[in-house]
Amino acid sequence: MPNVTLEERKARYEASADYDTRIVICAGTGCMANGSMKVYARFREELQARGLRVKVALEEEKADYALAETGCQGFCQMGPLVTLQPRGILYCRVTAEDVPEIVEQTLMRGDIVERLLYTKPDSGEVVRHAKNVPFYARQQRMMLEKCGTIDVKDLNEYIAKGGYFQARRALREMTDQEICRELLASGLRGRGGGGFPTGRKWELTRIHENETKYVICNGDEGDPGAFMDRCVMEGNPHAVLEGMLIAAKAVNATQGYIYVRMEYPLAVQRLKIAIAAARGAGILGKHIFGSSLHFDVNVMEGAGAFVCGEESALIASIEGKRGMPTLKPPFPAEKGLFGKPTDINNVETFATVPLVLGLGAAEYAKLGTENAKGTKTFALTGHVANTGLIEVPFGSTLREIVGEIGGGVMNDDGTLCGCDFKAVQIGGPSGGCLTQEQLDLPLDYDHLAGVGAMVGSGGLVVMNRNTCMVQIARFFMQFTQNESCGKCVVCREGTRQMLALLDDIIEGRATADTLGLLEELAHTVKLGSLCGLGKTAPNPVLSTLRYFKEEYLAHVVEKRCPTGNCEALASYKILPEKCKGCSLCAKKCPVEAISGEIRKPFVIDQEKCIKCGACVGSCKFAAVVKG
Amino acid sequence: MSKAAFATKFEQVCAILDKYERDPHRLIAILQEIQEAYAYLPEDIMTYVATALGVTPGAVFGVATFYSHFTLEPKGKYVIKVCDGTACHVKKSGDIIRLLETELGLNAKKKTSDDMLFTLETVACLGACGLAPVVVLNEDVYGAMTKEKTLALLQKIREEEAADA
Repeated sequence: MPNVTLEERKARYEASADYDTRIVICAGTGCMANGSMKVYARFREELQARGLRVKVALEEEKADYALAETGCQGFCQMGPLVTLQPRGILYCRVTAEDVPEIVEQTLMRGDIVERLLYTKPDSGEVVRHAKNVPFYARQQRMMLEKCGTIDVKDLNEYIAKGGYFQARRALREMTDQEICRELLASGLRGRGGGGFPTGRKWELTRIHENETKYVICNGDEGDPGAFMDRCVMEGNPHAVLEGMLIAAKAVNATQGYIYVRMEYPLAVQRLKIAIAAARGAGILGKHIFGSSLHFDVNVMEGAGAFVCGEESALIASIEGKRGMPTLKPPFPAEKGLFGKPTDINNVETFATVPLVLGLGAAEYAKLGTENAKGTKTFALTGHVANTGLIEVPFGSTLREIVGEIGGGVMNDDGTLCGCDFKAVQIGGPSGGCLTQEQLDLPLDYDHLAGVGAMVGSGGLVVMNRNTCMVQIARFFMQFTQNESCGKCVVCREGTRQMLALLDDIIEGRATADTLGLLEELAHTVKLGSLCGLGKTAPNPVLSTLRYFKEEYLAHVVEKRCPTGNCEALASYKILPEKCKGCSLCAKKCPVEAISGEIRKPFVIDQEKCIKCGACVGSCKFAAVVKG
Repeated sequence: MSKAAFATKFEQVCAILDKYERDPHRLIAILQEIQEAYAYLPEDIMTYVATALGVTPGAVFGVATFYSHFTLEPKGKYVIKVCDGTACHVKKSGDIIRLLETELGLNAKKKTSDDMLFTLETVACLGACGLAPVVVLNEDVYGAMTKEKTLALLQKIREEEAADA
């Protein structure tokens, strides 16, 4: 039905949206892993068994109830999430077994099932409505607004909520130059980590004349601890397509690619469904919206290489080659995919474009800080009460994000710690850590760069007091060393040597020179590497060295890990007041390092001890401790 | 290998090559599909792909060994992926990896058990950080894993296998 207008699609959707209650079920990766599709099926069965009419996506008949399968709603930890509209009641951790009760109590009688409501971890207060849950109340969900509320498979619903109207306006009423200018004026910067102004990137691609040009969407979200792009691709794929369509008009491209990492099968599936729907509606194809633009999009699945997040490596990968970065210039805007001018942006950037055009550049630029306009999504994870996907304006502070949206820092055993965090790792393996001192630092590109960190793609991993920062630095170094493509020597060998030095520190072999050598090497790798991967790989090391020097020194000089995480530096001892002298630990010890007289406290010979920890497990009186 | 078996083996790869119009630019997609069909990338098949696409076998092997998704050796019936992304890591995914290595007799070099039942892989991030630590068994995602839950999962598979045998 390519000739159906957006207005007609909107009207059709609205005509069928007449029902008693809409049951919104989160079908993001997190909730699906916890069984949300079983919940979905059970609702359908229960309602149909009662002879009630249930409508699912794309059905246009009227019904008593509507079931919607949405993308990630962000509050993954409390999933599966079920929201009942229009009342806005949010039920958390819903299982298929809870469904009959919800149907009977809430849908039939209008009562609330108290036990399924969200309970505030600090006060124990229960919250009925999603909008009052602190996790949501403190956010400003703009780009994510539709993600988690609309049915992912329903193109008409996206249109009914204002989708594709901006693309149509751009295609019909704006010139390519006007679009670039509008984007530049809005101050939108690339959300993938680099922070390059999107309008300028488009302009640079636009000015290179060529019959064939490409638009690529970078969905190779490789940073461990980040999942913003996954949620957008899964939850609002049409917004990504709309952004790409506007970009295609701005740079005069005819073909688009979305490169998605293979770890995101659901995102690939949802994008393919969205593309098929858009093609069917004439939103992709020839003469889109009656304009002269021909544009189509294909999805390409990655094959597991972090370096492919770098644009020139990603382009090589689409061309069927090893994903190795190339020297810039020439930039992709001049010579990109198959040697043609190519615009390449991140998923979140594309999904933000319709929002910018909708609000207008001036209005959008009112959000955020001076050099960082708009809102940014962050993946909030680690030792924090509420993990999930959040969106806040640039300039928000960690105190707001971790304390209020995140609900505070957790202990290892999952209880609320009631203290400030030790550090927050921001920007993944390219970023750095922030400490308590930076609790009130406004989060934006410039402020973070000033303290040796970066926004990156937006992963925020909260770490509590029991986390060893040397181990964290080693963790990231191991990651970048594994993922270094091997093309340039400083990155390939430098990361390997840095990892070896960190191993020396953790395993007690470090000498007085180790830290100096590590720092020197870090600067060399930063300066000498070819691409972003190598240039930023030393950041976690430099950042932890800067803020946790004491902890490094304890490892190197005292051969002690202050948090007790480094096995090789741990020492075991027997508490004489607790030891009953049963000799069980001595029997378990593989190297006969424990000795003593029966019924008298035993002792561990530190010289012989191999720190295997067997004694700790054997003691029935908790007398053996690691320190 | 009998002539017939040899022919069947190559029929599949030919169909895949035709589907992608023998376009060398689509090598990655071709290899992905071959791996799906054969469960790994057999050496003779890759050489054949190189000839069919008009590129050197080195180019095909280069791509196959560059990306972590590709495997040149057959994998076990059950592929267990333990996420060791940052969020999972700080929530002790390392303990789960060590437990599985001990239980299955595997290590950093040896990824597949001798009975070809299990392959253990660690992945950098599955993007399900809200559920950390995460374990994926074939296609199913298990969140908030502990050592106990991992052992129970393993036990379940072993019992199912014993019942089948």
